[in-house]
Amino acid sequence: MRIRTALFGLATAGILFAGHSAHAQTIYPIDRASFLAGTRFDFKVEFTGVVDQSATKVTINGRDAAAVLGGTVDYIAREDGQDASSLLIRGATLPQPGSYTIAAEGPGQSRTVTWDVYGTPSTPRVKNVILFIGDGMSVAHVTAARILSRQLVEGKYRGRLAIDDFPYNSMVGTSGVDSVATDSANSAHAYTTGHKSSVNALGVYASRAKDNLAHPRVETIAELLKRTTTKSVGVVTNTEIEDATPASMVAHTRRRSDYNVIVDQFLALKPDVMMGGGASNFVPKSAPGSRRTDEEDYLAKFREAGYAVAATAEELNAAAARPETRRLLGLFHPRNMDGALDRKILKGSTVKQYPNQPDLTEQVKAGIDVLSRNPEGFFMMVESGLIDKATHPLDWERAVYDTIMLDNAVKVAVDWAGNREDTLIIVIPDHAHGISIIGTIDDDLPGTEMREKVGVYDKARFPNYPAPNAEGYPEKVDVSRRLAVFVNNYPDYYETFRPKLDATNVPAIQGPDKKYVANEKYKSVAGAMFREGILPRDADQGVHSADDVVARGWGPGSEMLRGFIDNTYVFRIIATNLALGPAK
Amino acid sequence: MPWARIAAAAFLAAICLLAMPAGAATPPRLGFSELYVTRSAIDIGFSDKVKALAGHDVAIKGYMAPPLKAEARFFVLTREPMAVCPFCSSDADWPMDIIVVYLADSAAPTDPNRPIVARGRLETGSWIDPDTGFVSQLRLRDASFTAE
Ligand SMILES: [Zn+2]
Repeated sequence: MRIRTALFGLATAGILFAGHSAHAQTIYPIDRASFLAGTRFDFKVEFTGVVDQSATKVTINGRDAAAVLGGTVDYIAREDGQDASSLLIRGATLPQPGSYTIAAEGPGQSRTVTWDVYGTPSTPRVKNVILFIGDGMSVAHVTAARILSRQLVEGKYRGRLAIDDFPYNSMVGTSGVDSVATDSANSAHAYTTGHKSSVNALGVYASRAKDNLAHPRVETIAELLKRTTTKSVGVVTNTEIEDATPASMVAHTRRRSDYNVIVDQFLALKPDVMMGGGASNFVPKSAPGSRRTDEEDYLAKFREAGYAVAATAEELNAAAARPETRRLLGLFHPRNMDGALDRKILKGSTVKQYPNQPDLTEQVKAGIDVLSRNPEGFFMMVESGLIDKATHPLDWERAVYDTIMLDNAVKVAVDWAGNREDTLIIVIPDHAHGISIIGTIDDDLPGTEMREKVGVYDKARFPNYPAPNAEGYPEKVDVSRRLAVFVNNYPDYYETFRPKLDATNVPAIQGPDKKYVANEKYKSVAGAMFREGILPRDADQGVHSADDVVARGWGPGSEMLRGFIDNTYVFRIIATNLALGPAK
Repeated sequence: MPWARIAAAAFLAAICLLAMPAGAATPPRLGFSELYVTRSAIDIGFSDKVKALAGHDVAIKGYMAPPLKAEARFFVLTREPMAVCPFCSSDADWPMDIIVVYLADSAAPTDPNRPIVARGRLETGSWIDPDTGFVSQLRLRDASFTAE
């Protein structure tokens, strides 16, 4: 068996030699990587088959790679027991901007890639950057948020969202190294590292290593700021703090589900402000509600490191108001926090168990209060993460209320930044969903089937949600003429044409054979209609789409957001305006 | 929540009076809303009812969710039918109020849309399933189940 594998390896090498190119991704960072001068990264060459190091030659612009990159050189003769050798240089860096050509040669194999290493001005444009991420926030979410919170009368809105007044906009491509459609780990990683990676990966290139933690790492914006500046760093979300988007600030793992590892990586980096759900991985396994596999008490470790710990909105506001608070850890739910529609209107989902969760606006205000105590400035990521988590199960109302909440949170930041001229604010989705508004669903239209109630074109008219309250939320979603919003991909499910008032929709559930079937909970809803899915039967809900997303920028430096950009360019905008790669 | 405490006390009195003879009678029912006391996100305890029933046979109504690995000898009992992110491949996405059910005898999974009543000895405290690594806080041991 082993011999056969080795022979296969040799044969593969032979074929590759004939084609004079190894596998397309055997050098990390990948071909055409564009990254910031002076940042740290792991350099890896994956040779085909077992290769003696003396038979290899790896150069950068004609010079020996190890000499150019610095860092620690490790030649792995048989990587993870595989019949394959790899060169790994940990903690490499290229201080000088420029174009680099990397050539790797082994017996019967060679590969060349190029990198564009960019610098930044030496003088920063801004002191602070706030990066708002609407997870999965597609164009329809924003349109629906505007319709519900600003009212649409005779085709014109009565008001504008805060993000509608952001002066610079870009279309953003979100695809990954491995796939046209990606996930929130890889897409957030592009913003926080400036490198592209693969589905499920955070802070690493997805290489052939077997150990999740052994893949070649790239430095995150939070690490870079902590290593090279005296700025503060904040991570704010309403999902679990270990979830992909917030984790992308600190994590280096091939698998985003490594929550205990991610908590440890948060502690290692110590962002000054951390807020979200996910408390279950901070308490020892002996605590009911813990999801840990050991007795480590991370609440105690963070307290020892000088963090004020808050578990409710009241504790958060009190901790942020204390002038001596410089480090703040807010954990407001054992799992994902509840969204705005549940917390403010429906009191559904888990609001009754956790009635004192803060709103994202309060989290942002508290975050700015604490971070702005550092005269050197700060970088804060804020995620409205349940836009995605509600759109997956086709629950558009919850997603749209959390889009309104994101806009309210952005307004808190814009009001604070005001005329300071020292703060760049970017509001950006990480990927899209296949969601669209097609009209209304009008219970008063004639017909017995619910599909006859779908008002299209002029029959749609306008929805009759009540006027929004002071926070921009209509206080009733189950109105008689509501928006018709559909997701274009789905498993088998029952379409009810109505909002789910008790808890987030669960369209499909897993059967004994691991195939998903329609959740019959909704079968008995009056007018419910079975829709046969269009996704593979192992898909439980709607999936991400590869559509471009819209980035919006406000403040000095935001003019870099124009035309179409790759998602990794967002990191470059941040780095450029904070001058994180000045000429050496 | 004093009402819960009073209810639990009354409940225990009822068990003591009724459920003693050789476990022949229907074991006491435990509901998904009765598992935890959530004082805050970082201060969660088992309910008095759970503490009192630990080690005893109980019956719980819920839905059967298959475990992540086919070879597992348990299933997860959930309050509502639920989708489990197949893509995440971990226990990270499960809600807190789940109960892992270890069956006394192997049994074929049922229709995930039909509620079941699982009966078994209630076990509390963290447990990592040795075969799958699945982490749980509440389990039924030597369990069986019937359609509701
Ligand atoms: Zn998603």
